[in-house]
Amino acid sequence: MENLKDYIKGVIESLPPESLVSHVEFRDQVTLVVRQVSLLEVLKILKDDFGYKYLIDVTAVDRYEDDPRFEVVYHLWCHERNCLLRVKTWASQGEPPTIPSVVGLWNTANWHERECFDMFGIVFEGHPDLRRILLWEGFDGHPLRKDYPVEGR
Amino acid sequence: MAESLVFIIVSLIKSVVLVSLIMVSVMIGVYLERRILGFIQLRYGPNRCGPYGILQSVADGIKLFCKQDITLPVTEKTIYILAPLIAGVTALFPFVAIPFADKIAPDTITLFGKVFDLTKYSLNRGVIADLPGGVLFILAVSSLSVYGVLLAGWSSDNKYSFLGAMRVASQMLSYELFLGISIMGVLMITGSIRMTEIVEAQKHMWFVVYQPLGFILYMIAGFAEACRTPFDLIECENELGSGFNTEYSSMKFALFYLAEYIHIITISAIAVTLFLGGWQGPWLPSGIWFIIKVACLFIFFIWVRGTYPRVRFDQLMSVGWKYLFPIAMANLIATGICVLFL
Amino acid sequence: MRKEIIKLNVGPQHPSTHGVLRLLVELEGEVVVSCDPDIGYLHRGIEKLMENRTYHRSIPLTERVDYLAGAANSLGYVLAVERLLGISEIPERARYIRVIVAELTRIASHLFWLATHGHDLGAMTPLFYALRDREIIMDFFETWAGKRLFPNMFRVGGVARDFPDGLEQEIKKFALELPQRMRDYETLLTKNPIWINRTKGVGVLTKEEVLDYGLSGPMARGSGLNFDIRRVDPYLGYDEFEFVVPLGENGDTYDRYLIRLEEMRQSCNIILQAVDRLPKGDIMIEDYQVAFPPKDKVINGEYLIPHYLLVVKGFKAPKGEIFHHTEAPKGELGFYIVSDGSEHPYRVKIRTPSFVNLQVISKLAKGRLLSDLIALIGTIDIVLADVDR
Repeated sequence: MENLKDYIKGVIESLPPESLVSHVEFRDQVTLVVRQVSLLEVLKILKDDFGYKYLIDVTAVDRYEDDPRFEVVYHLWCHERNCLLRVKTWASQGEPPTIPSVVGLWNTANWHERECFDMFGIVFEGHPDLRRILLWEGFDGHPLRKDYPVEGR
Repeated sequence: MAESLVFIIVSLIKSVVLVSLIMVSVMIGVYLERRILGFIQLRYGPNRCGPYGILQSVADGIKLFCKQDITLPVTEKTIYILAPLIAGVTALFPFVAIPFADKIAPDTITLFGKVFDLTKYSLNRGVIADLPGGVLFILAVSSLSVYGVLLAGWSSDNKYSFLGAMRVASQMLSYELFLGISIMGVLMITGSIRMTEIVEAQKHMWFVVYQPLGFILYMIAGFAEACRTPFDLIECENELGSGFNTEYSSMKFALFYLAEYIHIITISAIAVTLFLGGWQGPWLPSGIWFIIKVACLFIFFIWVRGTYPRVRFDQLMSVGWKYLFPIAMANLIATGICVLFL
Repeated sequence: MRKEIIKLNVGPQHPSTHGVLRLLVELEGEVVVSCDPDIGYLHRGIEKLMENRTYHRSIPLTERVDYLAGAANSLGYVLAVERLLGISEIPERARYIRVIVAELTRIASHLFWLATHGHDLGAMTPLFYALRDREIIMDFFETWAGKRLFPNMFRVGGVARDFPDGLEQEIKKFALELPQRMRDYETLLTKNPIWINRTKGVGVLTKEEVLDYGLSGPMARGSGLNFDIRRVDPYLGYDEFEFVVPLGENGDTYDRYLIRLEEMRQSCNIILQAVDRLPKGDIMIEDYQVAFPPKDKVINGEYLIPHYLLVVKGFKAPKGEIFHHTEAPKGELGFYIVSDGSEHPYRVKIRTPSFVNLQVISKLAKGRLLSDLIALIGTIDIVLADVDR
């Protein structure tokens, strides 16, 4: 456990300092909060230099009434060291919120990002095929947004 | 004049009896298949209609009769309606030449004070028409059955059916050929292509002993010909959703269903005639022996269905052309050499 | 020669798409040119529903994510909530019961996979053999929980109901018998030349592709990637059990088939160890802020009030976010829970294995035959409820 903490510490130190906003530790899980502009750069460093080759998940959180509103969360896994890392950033303000796509780094991000687009309306720039995935074309609204009603639509 | 009338009447009676026998045996066959598959797969199978469920096939038949006959607005309506008929009728054709029993009538009968010789045209024997070219006739008409399936799949205006039809065309093409070659050895040994003579020639020893390879090849080709597991590519419900017969309902579907089972019986009957001594056997009457042997082969078909997965389309073709066809050819040549020098 | 591309619509009603998967396939002859999965026919918005429920009330919902392995899903969720609350220890008996149920679920799911995968490729008989054994597991669940598919017995802080008397011995008997019965299934398939021809070399994935597509579970292990969360990030004390993580070499459908069979044997192994060590004792932690008090004590006011509050209002979780993953039968099942300190989770994301694994099908199917496509759907082992959530 201590080794892992040191490793993640090393990871944080070697990232370009201007890219990192903060890092949070909660229940032994580290969250790196990065700026959107350096998201791709950070993920690439993590993937190539630190063995975080497995993108578990891409998802978003709607911080309604905050600005910027949407957090985009990436979960990475390092197979060599068996450790988890959460990278978090914000989609840009405005409607629709945008964020660069990571499909160039991991193909698996394709469907994850499509789901995020479907559920939150976040546009992933550079995504090869950004369509709705779970809901049908022509569906009105993005259901996982906090201002989308649970019933009585 | 009177003689030909007798010939027509006797042949007609034989045909009617045979067709009804086949229909009954299809019913029994369907029941057997479901029961035996149930036995293999640790389940009951049909057991509600009648004792041990033996009336299940009757119930199924009535159900299919009473179903709504949905005729789709297809482009080629005539072909769409004709296809199941073709499939059903062509499946019955080969039975014309298959001898199913020894003598079933006296040599002569006296009708209206006139003596008719029944040995002429083998009227007294257990075969509808003892054709001089029986084997050729069977080979020719058995490949006709492909038309029923092909036209059905093509005229259904359904892509799945169409794929099924395309599969059956290529499958038949590759298997019809070595099916023919695999039985050539038998013809060489007999020196005749008359079915009755082939049966007589097996009086002392079944041809399966002389032609084991030929028999195996024939059975493989037979599975492909009857489109049964592991070669049931044309209907395979898991890929094509029943393939060529997807768009058929009611009696049209029943005809396809019937044709499939008649086909199995035909293949088994030909195998019995060519390799397993036909109707010959000790103690029991000749017709009974024929039925027993056909039933055994039929059960073998079911057994295989319960055991094997389905082969892939391209593998079926490549196995047929690359392995089975050369083996059949080699078998043919070897038999030829043996017949010539021994 | 003019070539024409057939556009085939496989599903959503198709016998071997395992539910309501729709594949838009372009065929040239029988060769798949492109394959575009269209999912979402079973989308129930579970994530949205969970945002408006208390933590406990979401447990039945999570079981319905992968309906063939219900208990494995609620296990993942309960573990994630426990981690969020900071509960690291639950009573030993509850922990072992969870392990036993999780492994039984894995066996049930794999048996169902074996049944449908075999049937997709035309082998009809293994279906009935495998479902017979699955039925026994369903009966265990029924005896224990009264429900067959979704036991719904995992709670935050333990399990809701103890095993009834004698069930452990029944489970042990089953775990001893199953490997022998599996030999029967193997005689039908493993060395069957047709089966080998249908599965070998179909759907080959390299290690790099596995990482690129984020595959997990048997899909990853089939390509030789040693990634079993029970091993690499142990939960429920899996590190104290002895079991082998089977790995494939070629990364094809056949290897994945062998791996899943071996996993069933290993699960039996784990069950045997767990049953042997199963201690007597409590099945729930005694922190009645989050865990339900035992039913027989609830008549007492001391327990009645916390029970009432827990049912009506739920418990408050500390502010924070947590990702917890477990090795579900189909791969990595992750729950990402964001809590804002209230009784409801602020956001729950369920990272389901089927959703991620299904994505690779368009790559694998390209240039293969239509029959291979069916084999691929089987080998990815999807449940559409798991894909769509």
